[in-house]
Amino acid sequence: MKNLKFVFAIFAVSALTLQSCKKETKKDYDPSQKGKMMLHFDNRAGADDLVLNTGTYSNALGQSFNISKFNYYISNVVLLNSDGSKYTVPQNNSYFLVEESDETTADVELSDIPEGNYSGVSFVIGVDSNRNTLPVSERTGALDPTAAGQDMYWSWNSGYIFLKMEGMYDSVSTMKMFMYHIGGYGGYSSPTINNIKNVTLSFNGTNAEVRKAKTSGPEAHLYVDALKVLNGITNVDFFANPMVMFNAYSVNIANNYSSMISVNHVHND
Amino acid sequence: MFTTIKFMNKYFLFLFALLLVASCNKEAPGNEVFKGFEVPQGFPAPTYPTQTNPVTKAGFELGKKLFYDGRLSRDGTISCGSCHISFSAFTHHGHVVSHGIEDKLGTRNAPAIQNMAWMQNYFWDGGVHNLDLVPISPIQNPVEMDETVSNVVAKIGSDSNYKKLFKDAFGSDDITGIKMMQAMSQFMVMLVSANSKYDKVIAGTATFSADENEGKQIFEQKCSSCHSGVLFTDQNFRNNGLAQNSDKGRYVITLSATDEYKFKVPSLRNVGYTAPYMHDGRFFSLEEVIDHYRLGVQPSATLDTILQQNGNTGITITNDEKSKLILFLKTLSDEDFIKNPLFAEF
Ligand code: HEC
Ligand code: HEC
Repeated sequence: MKNLKFVFAIFAVSALTLQSCKKETKKDYDPSQKGKMMLHFDNRAGADDLVLNTGTYSNALGQSFNISKFNYYISNVVLLNSDGSKYTVPQNNSYFLVEESDETTADVELSDIPEGNYSGVSFVIGVDSNRNTLPVSERTGALDPTAAGQDMYWSWNSGYIFLKMEGMYDSVSTMKMFMYHIGGYGGYSSPTINNIKNVTLSFNGTNAEVRKAKTSGPEAHLYVDALKVLNGITNVDFFANPMVMFNAYSVNIANNYSSMISVNHVHND
Repeated sequence: MFTTIKFMNKYFLFLFALLLVASCNKEAPGNEVFKGFEVPQGFPAPTYPTQTNPVTKAGFELGKKLFYDGRLSRDGTISCGSCHISFSAFTHHGHVVSHGIEDKLGTRNAPAIQNMAWMQNYFWDGGVHNLDLVPISPIQNPVEMDETVSNVVAKIGSDSNYKKLFKDAFGSDDITGIKMMQAMSQFMVMLVSANSKYDKVIAGTATFSADENEGKQIFEQKCSSCHSGVLFTDQNFRNNGLAQNSDKGRYVITLSATDEYKFKVPSLRNVGYTAPYMHDGRFFSLEEVIDHYRLGVQPSATLDTILQQNGNTGITITNDEKSKLILFLKTLSDEDFIKNPLFAEF
């Protein structure tokens, strides 16, 4: 009886192994090979493409406005493999500043990605607290507070601004400015507001197939809806809160924009 | 006979000093041998990471040149040294609040730049936690220098003197904002004040007068719970009962109501040179400061508990104690520091 059970167990295990071997051979990719993948951040205003300065929009409260600046940090990118595993883009290559005024920043290229079929992505809107506290020599590229990152950095509290949206509200002729500069990484030695937002997005059934042989790599085309900064859990009233920077109200705006990014489509060539 | 020996001695000493000066001339500017960064006897381990940004003579010199260069401001008129003057222990002598570009006024008094290597954070509210990140703030502040670091890099980028200095300091003439910050830190980390009469008494090479000694004891009883240790600050944020205005201090950084009107306890080293006093320079003399602790402490929700004992606000200090306290505070003056040609602009 015991023996039989044992034999059965062995049989079951080897069947499983065989099964998985079969899958293995069916794979048309090799995770030890590295390819590329693109994230395209397409800034929108509701149904329309976002157009700085000249586009006029209206918030959930019916207040009209335009947008003169729309910038945000994307960091800590993790690709979700359809097999359930994850690939974390190495920290040093995982900070991106998307600026609507500079088209080249809309395309975030991730390189050295293991071949695989990726079904989703997660990232942070903003900059994690660790980078907010690192020595200057490790703040390179988009994070350099003396160069590329200098407009997205509060020198008086040494913290990054995660998202900046500025423009005019009411009517352009009355020239009322709004400025939303949202940051706050939780504080260095004493706690304070934390507006770091994690976002996880599914590619809605289309896998992004990363292969070494591809020259351009698959692309996830993401829609980033600037109106969602204003509309959502809290509908921001320009007249009541035209300037929001480092203060308690900023938490509402960060909560709003945590859902501003969605996947429009993924294409593999 | 005795006097001639004394005279001879003096004469030789003088000659010796001359020789020293002459030989040092070759070594470093300012007629001083460049010793690099050293932790003075009795000081704790520094907080500044001198391992990752070690102070070198070339780095220090580059940092010094940047510190005194008006090109760090938009119109070329204001350098770091405009507000941080060596002979007033790197404060803005005679200015209540900072006085910057186009005569614009800030809201806070420029603190002494001394013993920066031991600070856990910078500014009256502790908003910046790394010395390398400090210069970005005055450079970008519209009422201080109103410039951007990238513009400064562009302005000095073609200057062959700077190219050489960057090459000497960092091995490449590639000028970046980050290297600028590191060089300025090397200069500021070198600004160590540890040779006051107080230090000499501790080291056994000088003695306090009877009054200074009494002043020291009064200080230890009444002041050193906040102005503690060899740095004369516990580096905490506290409300010492100043009449309030719109500057909420540490609250600006933490947004926590319990931090309202708290400011960093300042070091009292060189306090004899750094008038006016407090975060907004509201007191012009040490007499006024002590009168504040005796008579002026305002009750408020965040007033430090040390200043409200047994139902009284403030600290009881007699007139006699007041003058002795001031005598003691003046023993923290470090003339070698404020007159050190290695640090001075000219
Ligand atoms: C217009 C006057 C002004 C100029 C120019 C200026 N500072 Fe300051 N500095 C100040 C004031 C005021 C403070 C205090 C600010 C605060 O606490 O918010 C300060 C604080 C500092 C501190 C912190 C000291 C401490 O104990 O916390 C350092 C370090 C410093 N400055 C270095 C510099 C450097 C380097 C430059 C040049 C890049 C510079 N400053 C230019 C006025 C100035
Ligand atoms: C409860 C803590 C505390 C005690 C006790 C205390 N201080 Fe202070 N002291 C502070 C703080 C905090 C500041 C800065 C306040 C500000 O600017 O808002 C300060 C500022 C000062 C300054 C101004 C220094 C500068 O550079 O502007 C002097 C001088 C001073 N204290 C002397 C004294 C003396 C003398 C005593 C004892 C009689 C004393 N303090 C007791 C906390 C304290």
